[in-house]
Amino acid sequence: MTTAAPAAPVLARRRLTRILGLLGMLVAVLVAVGLSLFLGSRSIDLAAVLEALGGRTGDAVEQMVVLDLRVPRTIIGLVAGAALGLAGALMQGLTRNPLADPGLLGVNAGASLAVVTAIAAFGVTAPSGYIWFAFLGAAVAAVLVYAVASGRNGPTPLSLTLAGAAVTAVLTSLITLVLLRDLDTLGQYRFWSVGSLVGRDAGTALGLAPLLIVGAVVALLLGRSLNGLALGDDVARGLGQRVGLTRAIAGAAIILLCGSATSLAGPLVFVGLVVPHVARRMIGPDFRWILAYSIPLGAILLVLADTLGRLIAQPAELEAGIVVAIIGAPVLIVLVRRDRAVIR
Amino acid sequence: MTAAEIHPPGGDAASGHGPDTGAAASDDRRMLRTVRRIGLARYLVVTAVLVTLLVVFAVLALMLGDRVIAPGDVLAALFGQGSGGDRFVVLGLRLPRLAMGLMVGVAFGLAGAVFQSLLGNPLASPDIIGISQGASAAAVGAILVFGLSGLAVSVAAFAGAILVAALITILASRNGVAGSRFVLIGIALAFLAQALIQYLLTRSDVRDAQSALVWLVGSIGTVPPEELVFTAIGVAVLALGLALLAPRLRMLQLGDETASGLGVRITRTRLLLTLVAVGLAAVATAAVGPIAFVAFVSAPIARRLLGGTATALVTSALVGAVVVTGADIIAQHALPSLQVPVGIVTGIVGAPILLGLLARGNRTRGTA
Repeated sequence: MTTAAPAAPVLARRRLTRILGLLGMLVAVLVAVGLSLFLGSRSIDLAAVLEALGGRTGDAVEQMVVLDLRVPRTIIGLVAGAALGLAGALMQGLTRNPLADPGLLGVNAGASLAVVTAIAAFGVTAPSGYIWFAFLGAAVAAVLVYAVASGRNGPTPLSLTLAGAAVTAVLTSLITLVLLRDLDTLGQYRFWSVGSLVGRDAGTALGLAPLLIVGAVVALLLGRSLNGLALGDDVARGLGQRVGLTRAIAGAAIILLCGSATSLAGPLVFVGLVVPHVARRMIGPDFRWILAYSIPLGAILLVLADTLGRLIAQPAELEAGIVVAIIGAPVLIVLVRRDRAVIR
Repeated sequence: MTAAEIHPPGGDAASGHGPDTGAAASDDRRMLRTVRRIGLARYLVVTAVLVTLLVVFAVLALMLGDRVIAPGDVLAALFGQGSGGDRFVVLGLRLPRLAMGLMVGVAFGLAGAVFQSLLGNPLASPDIIGISQGASAAAVGAILVFGLSGLAVSVAAFAGAILVAALITILASRNGVAGSRFVLIGIALAFLAQALIQYLLTRSDVRDAQSALVWLVGSIGTVPPEELVFTAIGVAVLALGLALLAPRLRMLQLGDETASGLGVRITRTRLLLTLVAVGLAAVATAAVGPIAFVAFVSAPIARRLLGGTATALVTSALVGAVVVTGADIIAQHALPSLQVPVGIVTGIVGAPILLGLLARGNRTRGTA
């Protein structure tokens, strides 16, 4: 048997395996959600949690803990994790750089500067009050990066990377400048910038749902185009792709996804960096599948990180942003070490 | 992504030619000579401009301050003449700060250039691969947990940078240290260190957090003599080492196979170059903190200025020095009421310079 082109049955089997893998991942997401609802610094037994979820009046405090604390942060963890994973996969495809994280487009720095402004100039104090500031800041910064990188001929992976880093540097410097002069703002901002799912209002999060859905649908449709881009701009053009258009659409989807996630949970870029690597190791270089796998993987990582954060520092909590690094960094290191082929 | 996209092997147009035949060969040779001559002329002009800028900045740095000193008096003070007050201000306060800025600028510029060309990725600067974050985490720990200050913080930062570099090298080594593996593990460690920094910042008194923030953004401030000496020795030794390794770095850029064909021992050379670059970043970061963006930006600016794609170490070092000394002048004197850390200025001023060069690069590419 030749190895040149896998026969149709082989392809069909591979496809089946991948779909089954995706289903398995969805089960894992459900497990993560279950853990997030059942585990916490207050131990509530299974029956009580189910009762609370069913709306029956058990213990009023337990019901409050489950419905008002654990459910919202689980939802936000799911949504933000999935969005960041997907945005990360897009970003690495767009820049052809496996080191790119979704924040590279300036999204995080823009959101952060907007939050600092919201605190310092408008006296906003609650995390849910930051959401729209953050989203707007993220969008403006990303558009700026895109425009700068484009010049006259449209962006290249290199120009996007450099422009993103440059705009990020400017914005970060401005943030620091404010923080060094304004102690109160620093006092609040540091708790936002660490990245956490606590104290976010799930209702406000619903306002972002349309943006997230549009972003996700667009992202999933881009798989084939990203596969083309991975071969280089010239090849992609030769295959009849409109490279500039693909980049612009991918950029817009990243703004929607990463901007929303960052406004909800704070700057948690590491999710978007690790998840596509895990996905790539699981199913290979086909972006259609990398994108699909990145959604559940991101959700699992963030929800588990948040749950673990409640358990390891009891009675206090570790923020999800810190736990994501504690989980994600070893995972990335192990993956990179196991990889035999040199990934470029 | 391939390394070739970022750094087309061979760098300039002159080195990409194989053996040719007949009349075409002499044409080629003539063109090659022309290209080389243009390249050399441009290199000399760029170097002259950068050195001139550096001299101007140095004079300004020594002149300006609460007590403005005329250039003639600065010169007199430098040679030990002039009034005692002038001598104290120039030699005791401003010269050490200027020297520190120059040295760390050179160190960051070189470190970034080596990392980026060695690992074939424009994102590979010590800012990104964990060296700066390791130093920062250690320094923030020293400030917030142990209440240290001054030289002790620098020592902690140096140890942190070296620790992270050692971890990356150990974790990344497996049949030699592959570029992308090195960078990715570095990024993973960077995020871990960042998480530690965040943890410390959110668990401390907000006033202490603010003073840690000053260190985190990078500031030169007053320079104790012993720190100046340590940094000078470190930068000098490492720059010398790099000068010895530079020819081999250039060969590595032709690709591993070509380089090993030319007699370069790939693994060992890569390791040595990495050590030198880590050392440069560690020495500079320990002295002044991770001044944002200098390491990241110097090599791309140098490449744009020279118009080629080959890594130019000397130019990168000069760019780094110009950026830091210029930024430190702005940091000290731009806002009359307040001295800002130099790292803020390198971000706010350095980044747009890069963007401007990028935009120009795009235009010329369009017309070519």
